Order: sequence, then structure tokens, then C-alpha cells
Amino acid sequence: MANGISAVAEQFDDMPQQQEAATLGMWTFLATEVLFFGGMFMSYIAYRYAYPVAFAEASKHTIVLYGTINTAILLTSSLTMALAVHAAQEGRNRALLTFLLVTIFFACCFLVVKGLEYHEDLDERLWPGKHFKPGLPVQAQIFWFLYWAMTGLHALHVTIGVGVLSVIAWMAAHRKFSPYYYNPVDISGLYWHFVDIVWIWLYPLLYLIHRY
Amino acid sequence: MKTHTVSKQLLLGIWLALLALLTLTYGLAQLDLGHFNAAAAFTIALIKMLLVILFFMHVKYKPPLTWIFAAAGFIWFLIMVDLTLSDYLSRGAVPGYPDKSWEHGAWPAPTKELPGPTPASPTR
Repeated sequence: MANGISAVAEQFDDMPQQQEAATLGMWTFLATEVLFFGGMFMSYIAYRYAYPVAFAEASKHTIVLYGTINTAILLTSSLTMALAVHAAQEGRNRALLTFLLVTIFFACCFLVVKGLEYHEDLDERLWPGKHFKPGLPVQAQIFWFLYWAMTGLHALHVTIGVGVLSVIAWMAAHRKFSPYYYNPVDISGLYWHFVDIVWIWLYPLLYLIHRY
Repeated sequence: MKTHTVSKQLLLGIWLALLALLTLTYGLAQLDLGHFNAAAAFTIALIKMLLVILFFMHVKYKPPLTWIFAAAGFIWFLIMVDLTLSDYLSRGAVPGYPDKSWEHGAWPAPTKELPGPTPASPTR
């Protein structure tokens, strides 16, 4: 236990207090993230309200197959992340490391699928501007501007998540965690689930407006 | 404060529910339901988000203080939406201006003749 006790920072009485403080701190950070993405969701709401027809038309050009596969991938990666935290709580270090690596693998799969999709979008000239795909309502470019901004920022978060989880996996491989001390696993799990939540909203807003 | 462990069976159940909801939202989007399309997509996304927050992020088993912190960001987001829409959705209601004038890039100049004290723009 000597090793574990040293994991409590001196400003805390004990480990549960430290854990609660870390959880609250992470949720505070996530609140700023909600508002960070929130600005773009707000623009989306305002412009979709203003140009419903153009948005429906523009949304038909997203590739729903890639979007759906990516949603399933992220939901599954959230499960493996939750299982990683579960393994950490029970002190099963090997399972913890495995689940972290599987989560990182799914995150990379997501980025690969997203990359393939971006490539096809660009081939279709769906980048807003002078050379935007002809034949679409002019306001469709607003939709596509939001598409690139929102999925781009989300992909950046996924990339950061890969980095964070890699550090956690490295720590797990060096047996830094125990049922007594697994705070970093828990906290990075919260971050990863948040990234999943953003995509849960992006999927219907970008891919499913008008599919019939 | 004892740490609550969510059972593996429950985590798997939540995951299956999330995938079922994904299938449902994809399926419903293929049907023409009018305004119900957007309502269904919104409701399903909301349920999915709540499942992730409550179970994957363990908020269900945390003290009230954590609930407040977890809700704060979303509440502030809703305040932003509310204040912004109270502008955009009510612009047509301002006497002297045409309905939803901001849609036509004409704001703030009236584009058509209107009753009331505002001087009408010249007719073409």
C-alpha cells in the first residue's frame, strides 16, 4: 500500500476525495468543451432553421454508409473504454491494457474511415468556395462549411484522444494503476466518452436530414 | 465514498441498446415522416447521450455535486440557444419589418410595402 498512498497529492485528505475532485475538474473541462462545440451547433440550428431545403439537399451528398459505420465504431470504442475503467477498478492490469489498446485501435479505424470519406467528399467538390459542386442551392455551402468545421474539430479531438489513451496505455503497461489508484484511466475515459457524445449528435444532424 | 463499479453485463447491455438506437435512427431516416423525422432523430440522439453519460461515464452513481457539474455545460449551451433563437425566431414579429427578413439578406431594410407607421420603400 506504500506505493498507493504516495499517489494521494498532499492537498487531499484521502484517495476518494482526490478522485471526486478530479472528476469534478474533468466535468468542468467538458463543460467548456460543450460550449466550444456549442457555438457551431448554434450556427447549425440558426442556418438550418433559415435554409431547411438547402440543408436537406446538401445533406443528401454526405456518405451515410461511412457515417453509420463510424458511429458504430465510436459507440463500440466507448464500450471498450468503459470496460477498461472496469478492469482498472478490479485491478486486472492485463485486461486494462488490452481494452485501452482496443479503444485506440477503434479510434484509428474511425480516423481511417473519416479520411476515406473526406477523400470522396473532395472528389465530389464539396469543399465550399469558388469551385463548389454546381447544381446545389447556394446555401448548401453553409451546410458544407459546418460539415468540415464540425467533423474536422471532432476528428482533432479523436486524434488527441489517441494520444491521451496511448499515454494511459503506456502507464498501464508499466503497472502504474491499481484498484486504489486509477484516476487517470477514469478521467481520460470521461474525455473519450465526450468525444463519442459529440459524434452521437453530429451523425443525425449531418447525415440523416433527408434520406428518403 | 465507496467507488461504484458498473457490472460488465450492464455495460454490454448499454452498448447493445446504443447500437439498436443507431439502427432505429438510421431506419426512421429512410421514411418520410414529415416533421417527425427531425423530432425522432433528436429524441434518439438525446437518449443515446443520456445512456453514455449515466452509465459509461458513471454519473448515475455519483453524488449530486457531480450531476450539477455534468449538467452545467449543457444548461449554458441551452441558454445560448434560447437567447439566440429568441432573436432569430422573433424578427418577423417586429412591426415594420417583413417576416423572417434575415432570411433574404435584406435586414434591416424592408423589402416590401408594409402597413404601419414605418415609411414604405418605393414600389418597383
